[in-house]
Amino acid sequence: MFDGLADLVNGDAALVRRGRHLDVDFLIVDGEEPYWISVRSGRIDEVRRGDALLRSWRFAIRASADGWREFMKPEPRPGFHDIFAMCKAGVASVEGDLQPMMANLRYIKGVLAAPRATSR
Amino acid sequence: MTADIEPIVGRYVNLEISGRAQRLYFEEAGAGIPLLCLHTAGADGRQFRHLMLDAEVTDHYRVIAFDMPWHGKSLPPAGYQDEDYQLTTQLYAATIRAFSAALTLDRPVVMGCSMGGRIALHLARAHADEFRAVIGLEAADHQTPWYDTEWLHRPDVHGGEVCAALISGLIAPHSPSEARWETLWGYLQSGPGVFKGDLHFYREDSDYRGRVEDIDTDRCPVFLLTGEYDFSCEPGDTLRTAAAIPGAEAVIMEQLGHFPMAENPERFRGYILPILERIRAF
Repeated sequence: MFDGLADLVNGDAALVRRGRHLDVDFLIVDGEEPYWISVRSGRIDEVRRGDALLRSWRFAIRASADGWREFMKPEPRPGFHDIFAMCKAGVASVEGDLQPMMANLRYIKGVLAAPRATSR
Repeated sequence: MTADIEPIVGRYVNLEISGRAQRLYFEEAGAGIPLLCLHTAGADGRQFRHLMLDAEVTDHYRVIAFDMPWHGKSLPPAGYQDEDYQLTTQLYAATIRAFSAALTLDRPVVMGCSMGGRIALHLARAHADEFRAVIGLEAADHQTPWYDTEWLHRPDVHGGEVCAALISGLIAPHSPSEARWETLWGYLQSGPGVFKGDLHFYREDSDYRGRVEDIDTDRCPVFLLTGEYDFSCEPGDTLRTAAAIPGAEAVIMEQLGHFPMAENPERFRGYILPILERIRAF
């Protein structure tokens, strides 16, 4: 689901601009499958699916596979339309050092929703 | 060519609230029954601008929205620089009643959204004879928090950016982009710590569970409307609250979120017009 994230984000000039002050490595976890995401100046440098091989990350955003599937629909059901809605509903969670995520939250939410745009 | 000037008029009123001088900005349009609109936490009265331009509303209602102190074009009070803003039930109710008295409004209908809907429940309970009816948008007697408000006001996170980013998820996916981003703008430009200060009321000083049962809807009718995409005040919170108030009515609004009048005015009017029409007959 997040394999094509780099092209989707890097091809969105407005989104890259929104994250231009951000350098961070973080995880998106789709069910049991982790994706290690490396961001430099708002561009995604690398997406590594699977074992991160002892690579560090600052924060992780996890949701069930079913949760992400619903989230990616153009018009998700209530409760699946936002990462924090899913957290409140118990199908997602965030952990780690949340400061870089919160300081760049509009950008991070844009990154999470980037695969959603392709289905429109 | 005639300039496209809207009928909305903005003015300032100087008044005293809980012993403190305040200068409040308010906007209004229309004539008839006063409809006093209360904006959400961390925002301002512009959220109601579409309602003020709706002739089906303004033909029968004098629609008025004021910016709470610290919000929009209302300044914080003198001395604000040395204090943390914290709204309480007492201060919020005093502000609304002082404003209503200053404008000599005759038993206005109060329509508040989110924290404005929460305080509307208090007004219906504690000051029923001062208000013709209350409409709570995205309102409940209590709701479960979903983030730590410490993120809202600290030097290493831009307050406006994080407030807007957090609440963006409360807008329904169906809401038009322009209205969505206008709604977010109110949060992007809110003063430092103001949203957090409002949430002190919302989270710490307004648990009305076990109290709303006392509301007498014969004296002050209660209408509650909540968007299905609101995960802050969830539909279940509103339905629970309505069930606890004898005579209260609740409507769950499809394809709407936490800011119905601002995020999708066209869709919202389909829900609010029938209720305003009924209130006219009271």
